[in-house]
Amino acid sequence: MSYQGKKNIPKITSDRLLIKGGRIVNDDQSFHADIYMEDGLIKQIGDNLIVPGGVKTIEANGKMVIPGGIDIHTHFQMPYRGTTTVDDFSQGTKAALAGGTTMIVDHVIPEPGSSLMESYDQWRQWADEKACCDYSLHVDITHWNDSVKQEVDNLIKEKGVNSFQVYMAYKDYYQMTNSELYEVFTFLAERGGIAQVHAENGEIIAEEQARMLQMGITGPEGHVLSRPEELEAEAVFRAITIASQTNCPLYVTRVMSKSAADIISQARKKGNVVFGEPITASLGTDGTHYWSKNWAKAASFVTSPPLSPDPTTPDYLNTLLSSGDLSVTGSAHCTFSVSQKAIGKDDFTQIPEGVNGVEERMSLIWDKAVTTGKMDENMFVAVTSTNAAKILNLYPRKGRIAVGSDADLVIWDTDSIRTITAKTHNSTAEYNVFEGMELRGAPLVVICQGKIILEDGNLHVTSGVGRFIPCSAFPDFAYKRVKARKQLAVLRAVPRGMYDGPVSEFSMSRGGTPSASARTSPTKQPVRNLHQSGFSLAGNPAPCGPPTPDDIPIRPAGRRIVVPPGGRSNITSLS
Amino acid sequence: MSGTGHQGRNSLPHLTSERLLIKGGRVVNDDQSLYADVYIEDGLIKCSMIIPLSFPHPYVGENLVVPGGVKVIEANGRMVIPGGIDVDTCFMKPFLGTQPVDDFLQGTKAALAGGTTMIIDHVSPQPGDSLLEAFERWQEAADKKACCDYSLHVDIPQWNESVKDELELLVQEKGINSFQVYMAYKDLYQMSDSELYEAFSFLKQLGAVVLVHAENGDLIAQEQRKILGMGITGPEGHPLSRPEELEAEAVFRAITLGNRVNCPIYITKVMSKSAADTITQARRKGCLVFGEAITASLATDGSHYWSKNWAKAAAYVTSPPLSPDPTTPDHLHTLLACGDLQVVGSAHCTYSTSQKAIGKDDFTLIPEGTNGVEERMGFVWDKAVAMGKMDENQFVAVTSTNAAKIFNLYPRKGRIAVGSDADIVIWDPDSVKTISAKLQQSAGEYNIFEGLECRGGPALVLSQGQVVYEEGKLQVQQGTGRFIPRKHFPDLAYQRVKFRNQVKGKQGVIRGMYDGPVYDVVPTPKYITPSPSAKTSPTSHQPPPIRNLHQSNFSLSGAQIDDNMPRRSGHRIVAPPGGRSNITSLG
Repeated sequence: MSYQGKKNIPKITSDRLLIKGGRIVNDDQSFHADIYMEDGLIKQIGDNLIVPGGVKTIEANGKMVIPGGIDIHTHFQMPYRGTTTVDDFSQGTKAALAGGTTMIVDHVIPEPGSSLMESYDQWRQWADEKACCDYSLHVDITHWNDSVKQEVDNLIKEKGVNSFQVYMAYKDYYQMTNSELYEVFTFLAERGGIAQVHAENGEIIAEEQARMLQMGITGPEGHVLSRPEELEAEAVFRAITIASQTNCPLYVTRVMSKSAADIISQARKKGNVVFGEPITASLGTDGTHYWSKNWAKAASFVTSPPLSPDPTTPDYLNTLLSSGDLSVTGSAHCTFSVSQKAIGKDDFTQIPEGVNGVEERMSLIWDKAVTTGKMDENMFVAVTSTNAAKILNLYPRKGRIAVGSDADLVIWDTDSIRTITAKTHNSTAEYNVFEGMELRGAPLVVICQGKIILEDGNLHVTSGVGRFIPCSAFPDFAYKRVKARKQLAVLRAVPRGMYDGPVSEFSMSRGGTPSASARTSPTKQPVRNLHQSGFSLAGNPAPCGPPTPDDIPIRPAGRRIVVPPGGRSNITSLS
Repeated sequence: MSGTGHQGRNSLPHLTSERLLIKGGRVVNDDQSLYADVYIEDGLIKCSMIIPLSFPHPYVGENLVVPGGVKVIEANGRMVIPGGIDVDTCFMKPFLGTQPVDDFLQGTKAALAGGTTMIIDHVSPQPGDSLLEAFERWQEAADKKACCDYSLHVDIPQWNESVKDELELLVQEKGINSFQVYMAYKDLYQMSDSELYEAFSFLKQLGAVVLVHAENGDLIAQEQRKILGMGITGPEGHPLSRPEELEAEAVFRAITLGNRVNCPIYITKVMSKSAADTITQARRKGCLVFGEAITASLATDGSHYWSKNWAKAAAYVTSPPLSPDPTTPDHLHTLLACGDLQVVGSAHCTYSTSQKAIGKDDFTLIPEGTNGVEERMGFVWDKAVAMGKMDENQFVAVTSTNAAKIFNLYPRKGRIAVGSDADIVIWDPDSVKTISAKLQQSAGEYNIFEGLECRGGPALVLSQGQVVYEEGKLQVQQGTGRFIPRKHFPDLAYQRVKFRNQVKGKQGVIRGMYDGPVYDVVPTPKYITPSPSAKTSPTSHQPPPIRNLHQSNFSLSGAQIDDNMPRRSGHRIVAPPGGRSNITSLG
């Protein structure tokens, strides 16, 4: 485990902790055992552990002890038109820890045209300064050319990034064409990266936005009206098709609608390697609020893809999450203040996009999926933590309570009830999209890097202790199947005798060819070589056994063609 | 319906003297079958004596007073069906300067021999060509050569402003109501999603049916490069570079676009199970989409691409390709039988072997197209009706009536009724023939159905009230085919669109003005708005956001329940700038 730079030495060497009497819940099983932690790692698990004296002991009293949550999708301190999101890495990770999430994965978003590597360094600097918990980074590919290719290669090999997001929306800005997507996916498949995709059809959105504005709809409701859920489903379908062609594992960020989720689950049933990520907002609320008369409230829900106005969406997504058709949960936490959102007060296309959710994520899933009986506690651990760790290739360091794993864990209180409100949340935003929602289930104690962060309702965080956790390429979770398929999917040409019949005159100048390549055909001069022999790579093309009509009778060299040009060409006989 | 807008010299039926009586036949329309005599004069069905199905058979038409000099055809209880309509033929589609071997004469002869009495051909202008000129070229060629009535689709090779005027003219004055767009053929015909959106919007206003060639051209181009790079140059590269999911993807996208624009979509050449399934699912959700299976996809599969005989393998090359999955034809027949697919075309576009050989070293250059105009009706009968999937009425629907309805030819075509054109086929469900290139009308050297046995075929074909095919003998006259103009806004496609237009009006929410602080955006906006219009946002013209504390809370709709805590004018804002903006309250 290669910790980076100055962070090589875990800072809290003195912390020794013992959790007694807890029920350890991993994604595969639950069992009663004590946990002893030292130097930020889990050292022992079992009954009657022999531990050094002077160890702080936490009595779990039979409560669940789960691996700390991993929020695989955040946008902290994200620059946007000269401003940044109000939750920086300090505020954001604080909110994360308060909600039981002990690791976040943030998106690096380079401006189109700028260097991926520089942006990555910038984000690293911001996060190293401020993050209160461990973090990793996704890098978004906002444009595509050879130098970007090189940078992606470096990021994978040297910088510990294994997941890259591409955009199918934001026309003329981030959006990529199908050909570019194909190339990106092909490249990532070779290098063992995960292709993340923001799936919405940007071209249709652009058209619809123009139409909405023309109709005089300028408020936040225009956002959802111009991005109907079928555009999301369409893009998901397309992304899956491209990924399947390139044999690249696909990760769909922000699954917001039933139809998009359905497409993913159908594809998984067909065997596609695709992971779907619903976010806190899509699991907990719906898009009816876009029609709120309170502009600021309506605007606070603006995110892309938008929340679906169909109020049955959250329930449906929770069901698919429980059945395993959707794999991980993020928050897409990206908060703007009301005055920032008000940049778009007269034009919904200008409203900065993003909702909160990093703090509410774990509780919300517990409340909506576990207490309703949709999923069990093990599945809860899988979708909030373990699956994310597997996709990022951090398992079992993260996402599991096991000897040797990082001491990121949470004592989960299944009974506590709290009401979400912007007045008490840890985010800086004025609005909370879950305002007024009562959620059962909350962290009682949060331990991060072997240190108690939350206890008795008190949060003690230290900015800058968060370490960058490098993710390595070719995560087994995604790539084992891909590798096996690569070996199988070898295409072979059919060995045939050369076609030696007449060839029509044709002109390449007109019409062009459907092939994108500019290569010219070797048949440029259609001169019939009557004496060419029937050459075959496969030796005797007429195999032993009963001859099939398909087999070509080889024309002996030198045989005359008797039919006139343009007439029947019987060289390769009619069968 | 008769006599409306026949063109030029073709407006007079050629043989006014021909009077015919089909006696004792079972008239099969798409809705019912009944015993009736059919009397034909001047190329039209003049009257029919209808006898209920329960009437003892054979019926002797004592009651029908027939003028003298009438030729009587004894149907002897056989099926009398409306002549087939083949909605997808390419008798003149140029490829790298060569033309298909079946022109309008050869092609319509083959059509009539198979029981098809009307074809709709694709006008295929090259990018940059005038649509109107191309249309006239096609019409001229067809008027000279066609032996049966025809109509034309016009393909739109590219999208720009000048195309719009031509489209309008074609719809308003030339009797064209269907246009094809391409999602494949990158850098040639392919349109981007934005262009498709605009094209769909425009064609919807004109009341036209949008035909879509649905394949993802970007991915095909990539795959072709990859496959050629692997050294695969033979026809097997064609299906390998165009796997069926690319077809399904494009169908899905086309339907999404159509649904957004609220425009009826017609998918030409449904070749694979997954594409057909995508259409089925969309129809279940209420999308306005029609699917057209073709003879080739209904009767054979793509395993032949791997044939060792290059010329044979190349004969199957068409786009989208035939699916290598041998269960495809059966699946498509099932969907056709249950109405999820509506129409059967042939996509008849035959090239000789020497023409196909243009691509002998590079499969991407093989001219695309298969035969099927002659075999179309026979195979639907053989594989669907004779197998018990479909009844005879549905057979008439998918081979003729649905096409007539979608393209606004009904009931002039596609039905045996008084006043309809006398395009009639006496169908023999028991005839068996073996398909062979040696016996076909088409000039192609290969028949992709070679050796297949086909039950069911026409015993007699009437086109424009004239016997053109009887007992295996074809008697046609070149140039007798008339251009049949078609009106816009066909009911089958557009009735629902009209209602949906009324229902789907969207309204903005009437709110009080947002009057809180607005973050000052950097004057040079780095962020380009996703909106394609060049209009600048009203906010960008505003002076720096000085808060006007005395601005009143203006509302268009008076008091609102959720206008909780409307800010009274003069109410001080206490929160500092950048802090909480409580003007529009939390809630």
